[in-house]
Amino acid sequence: MSAVRISLEDVRHVAKLARLSLDEQEIETMRKQLDSILDYMASLEQLDLAAVEPTFYSVAMQAPLRTDVIQPSLRRDEALRAAPMEKAGAFAVPKVMDGEG
Amino acid sequence: MTEGRLHTRTLVALSSLVASGEISSIELTRLFLDRIGRFNGRLNAFLTVDPEYALAQAAAIDRSKQKREALGPLSGVPIAVKDNICTRGIRTTCASRILENYIPPYDAHVVQRLRKAGAVIVGKLNMDEFAMGSSNENSAFGPVRNPWSLERTPGGSSGGPAAATASSLVAAALGSDTGGSVRQPASFCGITALKPTYGRVSRYGLVAFASSLDQIAPITRDIRDAARLLGVIAGHDSRDATSYPGEVENYEVECGKAIKGMRVGVVRDAFEKGCDEDVASAIDKALETFKQLGCELVEVSLPHISYGVSVYYIVAPAEASSNLARFDSVRYGLRVLGEDLFDTYAKTRAQGFGAEVKRRIMLGTYALSAGYYDAFYLRAQKVRTLIWNDYAEAFKRCDVLLTPTAPTPAFKLGEKTGDPLAMYLQDIFTLPPSLAGIPAVSAPCGFSSSGLPIGMQLCAPAFHEGRLVRITHAFEQSTDFINRRPAAFELD
Repeated sequence: MSAVRISLEDVRHVAKLARLSLDEQEIETMRKQLDSILDYMASLEQLDLAAVEPTFYSVAMQAPLRTDVIQPSLRRDEALRAAPMEKAGAFAVPKVMDGEG
Repeated sequence: MTEGRLHTRTLVALSSLVASGEISSIELTRLFLDRIGRFNGRLNAFLTVDPEYALAQAAAIDRSKQKREALGPLSGVPIAVKDNICTRGIRTTCASRILENYIPPYDAHVVQRLRKAGAVIVGKLNMDEFAMGSSNENSAFGPVRNPWSLERTPGGSSGGPAAATASSLVAAALGSDTGGSVRQPASFCGITALKPTYGRVSRYGLVAFASSLDQIAPITRDIRDAARLLGVIAGHDSRDATSYPGEVENYEVECGKAIKGMRVGVVRDAFEKGCDEDVASAIDKALETFKQLGCELVEVSLPHISYGVSVYYIVAPAEASSNLARFDSVRYGLRVLGEDLFDTYAKTRAQGFGAEVKRRIMLGTYALSAGYYDAFYLRAQKVRTLIWNDYAEAFKRCDVLLTPTAPTPAFKLGEKTGDPLAMYLQDIFTLPPSLAGIPAVSAPCGFSSSGLPIGMQLCAPAFHEGRLVRITHAFEQSTDFINRRPAAFELD
């Protein structure tokens, strides 16, 4: 196996970006596993891709447009039914800002 | 008719029996519910069974029949869907703790289509969490077992749909396929799966994993059943912006047509290295069968498919990391309260997601993050173009391409769980067609020396599902593999 591809610091940074709380043990395991996966993927570096366009969707299609007409949607009570917390007909979250609630 | 053998009939045969009045949908539904009650404990294929919901649908079909109303093409036959397909009022978990108690307020497009076609949906099937896995061991609710050998995996991620169909707990099932998730389980369980061209089936109501790859797909006991089911679920839906607007062909009429002169592309370098001996010899025999049926065998090479695993395990996790950002504990799903909102997100996701889902979110977030986007994500999408081009070139010289579906028959539970990369390499044959967006079928083509099923994968150019139906049907007619059944699930 070649040089280390991902550090513990990288793993901590990515976990923060991904909003995942990982303990030190998980960070260490994750580092090792990601390192071996990224090492396998290094084979892609051999290819000369200067003249190659990326394929984001395999079946070429133009973004479809539709007429802007009002259509029925979910009722508010149905949309809220699965929410962990609701308040006054809206989704409720823990307090985000300091000051008067 | 021997009542005890009814469950061995195909979806198409059972639907004719209901349509002709030889059996009621209620009787048929009770028969399958009874089998689920007896056998699901061994397999863990179902996460939710809803007899009341099923019997109500069956009763409605029987009433229509009594009133001499026209019945749909799936009239009255019990089937089930993978638990990442939303069912209004029925729990839809994606085999994840984060959605353990989630009840969708709407039906997926395919569920609306199934119900309109007269199918009786009996329940929801186990899977790898969020469809991420190749062995079904990533389910938060325990692995599914392979009906042919209970200590082995049924494959993944659609392990539940494959095990339930192979053991006749349902007549057929819908799974989803992102990188092989219906084909590899079909191969491991000795049944048939047909992954449609990307865009052929609406993804509305399918919980998103990798949006440029996900397709809902039939898992059935023979290809005619797959053709019938695909005919029901295919077609344009304006609620999925990537849904293909072209006409749906009649897939079923392809059954029985001759395949003389069809050019079968053989990707020899693909299956001669790293492939189990029994698998390689089953594929050789399949080639012999195609030759006898008048096909022309053409050697083709796909120079970039060996990069498929690398490309897929960058692209799919990148898309997953973005899609799974929605699990923020605000609108649905688990909430674990933290000190502040950030902490609530991070704790909820840490508790709600399993190890493989976390690993893919991390991998995808890394590949998309500042400084790595060009080196990983963009590079992978460029190599995807090369893979796409390989197929375009190959299909100038042949009509279909043949490879094994998986490099081995079903492996033992626990055998690969310690090594994520070894698990990813299971998908070596199924990933490239997914990246190219083309349709692919997995059909039974042999058994290993220890009696485990082996599947072959046939691919065709985009929107040529009919061609796959035709060649698979011809193969079924001249072989006996689809008629073998796992012995442990017979009552008499």
